[in-house]
Amino acid sequence: MSFLQLFRHLSPRPGLALDGHKQVSTTRAVTTLAASRCNILYLPLQQHAGSKARLRIKAGERVLRGQCLTWIEPGVSVPVHAPTSGYVSAIEAHPVAHPSGLSDTCIVLEPDGLDEADPQGLVPLPDYTRLDETTLRCRICEAGIVGLGGAVFPAAIKLNVKPDIPIRQLIINGAECEPWITCDDMLMRTRADEILAGARIMLQVLANHAPDGKLTALIGIEDNKPEAIAAMQAALARLAHSAPHTFRVVPIPTRYPAGGEKQLIQQLTGQEVPSGGRPADIGMICHNVATARAIYRAVVLGEPLMSRYVTVTGDGVREPANFEVPVGMPVEELVRHAGGMLEPDCTLTMGGSMMGMALHSPQVPVVKATNCIQVQRPVPERQPTPPMPCIRCGRCAEACPMSLLPQQLYWHARARELEQAETCHLFDCIECGCCTHVCPSHIPLVSYYRFAKADIRSKRAARTLADQARTRHAFREERLERAKRERAEKLARHKAAVRQQSPDTDTASTATEAGTASTPDARQAAINAALERAKAKKAALAKAEPESGENA
Amino acid sequence: MSRTHTTLTRPDVALIMRQVLYALLPGTALLFYLYGFGLLSNLILACLSAWGLEALMLHLRRRPLRPFLQDYSVIVTGWLLAVSLPAYAPWWLILIAMSFAVVIGKHLYGGLGQNPFNPAMLGYAAVLVSFPLEMTRWPDPAQSGLMTADFSTLLASVFGIGTAHWDSFSGATPLDQARMALHGGKSLMDTGISLFSWPQTLSWNLLNLAWLGGGLWLLWQRIISWHIPAALLGSLTLVAGLFWLLDPNHYATPWFHLLQGATMLGAFFIATDPVSASTTPVGKILYAGGIGCFVYIIRTWGGYPDAMASAVLIMNMAVPLLDYYTQPRVYGHRRRWLP
Repeated sequence: MSFLQLFRHLSPRPGLALDGHKQVSTTRAVTTLAASRCNILYLPLQQHAGSKARLRIKAGERVLRGQCLTWIEPGVSVPVHAPTSGYVSAIEAHPVAHPSGLSDTCIVLEPDGLDEADPQGLVPLPDYTRLDETTLRCRICEAGIVGLGGAVFPAAIKLNVKPDIPIRQLIINGAECEPWITCDDMLMRTRADEILAGARIMLQVLANHAPDGKLTALIGIEDNKPEAIAAMQAALARLAHSAPHTFRVVPIPTRYPAGGEKQLIQQLTGQEVPSGGRPADIGMICHNVATARAIYRAVVLGEPLMSRYVTVTGDGVREPANFEVPVGMPVEELVRHAGGMLEPDCTLTMGGSMMGMALHSPQVPVVKATNCIQVQRPVPERQPTPPMPCIRCGRCAEACPMSLLPQQLYWHARARELEQAETCHLFDCIECGCCTHVCPSHIPLVSYYRFAKADIRSKRAARTLADQARTRHAFREERLERAKRERAEKLARHKAAVRQQSPDTDTASTATEAGTASTPDARQAAINAALERAKAKKAALAKAEPESGENA
Repeated sequence: MSRTHTTLTRPDVALIMRQVLYALLPGTALLFYLYGFGLLSNLILACLSAWGLEALMLHLRRRPLRPFLQDYSVIVTGWLLAVSLPAYAPWWLILIAMSFAVVIGKHLYGGLGQNPFNPAMLGYAAVLVSFPLEMTRWPDPAQSGLMTADFSTLLASVFGIGTAHWDSFSGATPLDQARMALHGGKSLMDTGISLFSWPQTLSWNLLNLAWLGGGLWLLWQRIISWHIPAALLGSLTLVAGLFWLLDPNHYATPWFHLLQGATMLGAFFIATDPVSASTTPVGKILYAGGIGCFVYIIRTWGGYPDAMASAVLIMNMAVPLLDYYTQPRVYGHRRRWLP
């Protein structure tokens, strides 16, 4: 062993070498599950990052395949489409995949088996090269496309770059670093041409942002997926003679979290996305392979995002494989298509083993964000061990791909020292779970960071509200003050005007008025005089009233 | 918690501590050869009292006993103290040292993971300043070894039963002799210290090599990182080498410093205690570099025969500051030299 190798062994690299468990689900062919054959579909209104979509249909209506069920609204929002024709039996709260285990509003669709397409659906645009970027972006938004890598941020917004920002590189993320998940792998093996076509549409959208018209596309794939790399390269060769842009497939070392946007960009280009910034700040746009394929289908085939590749895997499922699953299919039914559970009390997880989320109900529907359903046996080794105190061993810092000090962050998060946590760059944490994975004290570190982040965010929101209220209040005070001042000024002006008009008459009253301002005695006298006047008035009134009463 | 994990065998605190204990075995075996029952009594008394005190403190603090008594961390503390104290140490000395280590050094600060000072070294320092005579009486291996010292000497010295024959075979360590020679203005040649004079110097050398071996294994197992041992040994070599080059007659050679006293034990097992050490890479280097310098300073001009405990405790105090000012550059941030 050379000295260099020895040094490499002794100085750990960030990230983790994990057991991928990819073979489990890549041996079987991908099956397409028809939405029309489902018994029931649950379509959550919130399947994207941003604001919840507003309903456009009522319960009891019949909807058609590809019909847009919610309004297309400005802001961070995309619509939801019906994966097949059928009746909306209800619009109600249903369990969804969320860490809290809470329910959310879902459209309950009972397919009628006819799978009738909506005649007013999206029009195919095969000749997209003639279209401008706005039209293409509108189409991508209309088709309900979100980032299918997991972040579910509306793809059209990510492609909407400010005019003055130059974009040099499009990065297509096919890394898929999380253990167990193989949906992108299988997508690249079977739909490489569609992915490339989608990427070309994205290049078209971004074409105007490229300085001197040079825009390259890098497709990063972890080197544990040789079949996917080969398939993508073959598709590239088929495209080569017609592609006006440079595409390159780049195998990257398999090391979790290589598929994180920031890590992938660093691996492919050597550049770092500035903290708090976006890849566009360094001239890059990054999209997942599945998003590219969805964009192709939306633009060229006029097909909104109604289905996606989902891996069903784990040691608790009979026939682990990948499926093209309609959005809205309950996880239970999907698992049944994969041969069902081997044991009744297997645990269900949505996503990989590092960032996945435990499912509280098998009735949870597959959504646009669902890349994997893990069915795992409840082995005792997988049960969470009670955490021990942190011994500051520093393994978390060695594993952190962002070079954070997770142990320090934990300390502050636990003590609710939120400001210090922020100075330790809490918001740079990508929640990849490397620190939690290596912690010998089994501390659920990422949960602490999530909690602290949520706490800071809610405090910030409260502070913004309070600031707004304070500004409003100060403004009101100022307005009242100004009104009072203006009234006083007006009065003074009026008085001055009156005085000028008749300077000789009623000098006495002028004298009294002048006195009110100077001596308290004079003021008292004026008050007494006013009281006298009021009394006289009252007496006159009292005298007048009985008379009028008698007259009536 | 919302996550499941793939790898089924993850290292836990107990495994780390157990591996530290394994790494301590070669040095301990050599000590056993050199000091026989004297080391055994040290080990048994230290570990038993450590465990008992831990249980007592956990009970008083109303903490669960089982997970903390099974994590081996207090056994490591006890073991380190047992091999640091002179062999055949009296039972009360061990008990006092352990009380300081476990009660004050560990639990009064909040238990595992909370102590700013290395507990073992705190216990060591406490008895060193309180009982300097007992703490400097290292028996002569030639007379106290497994073959020569019998069980009655053990009873006499450790438990005070019968008559002790201590003064007959306790002597100053080579480090002590070197320091006294320097203070007395004599040259090192006069003291007759050489690297290979048996039994005193050579036994210490061998002992340090044994700790070094165990430490390298820990390094290989990635239980410790290279930063602390490398920086500690590096700075000690540098400082010692500088003075030795200036005046080889008065100042001992760097290898003398590396292979005498608690250098290797300190570099691989004591300064690397994660709880009380710095956690950032740069911080670790500064922390251990500081220990190396203080070890040389105290050994050469201080009043104690060895300096590892004091040097570690001094640098423990600097750890919060070091950790704060040596935070690594976070992804997507510019490097800043002062936060």
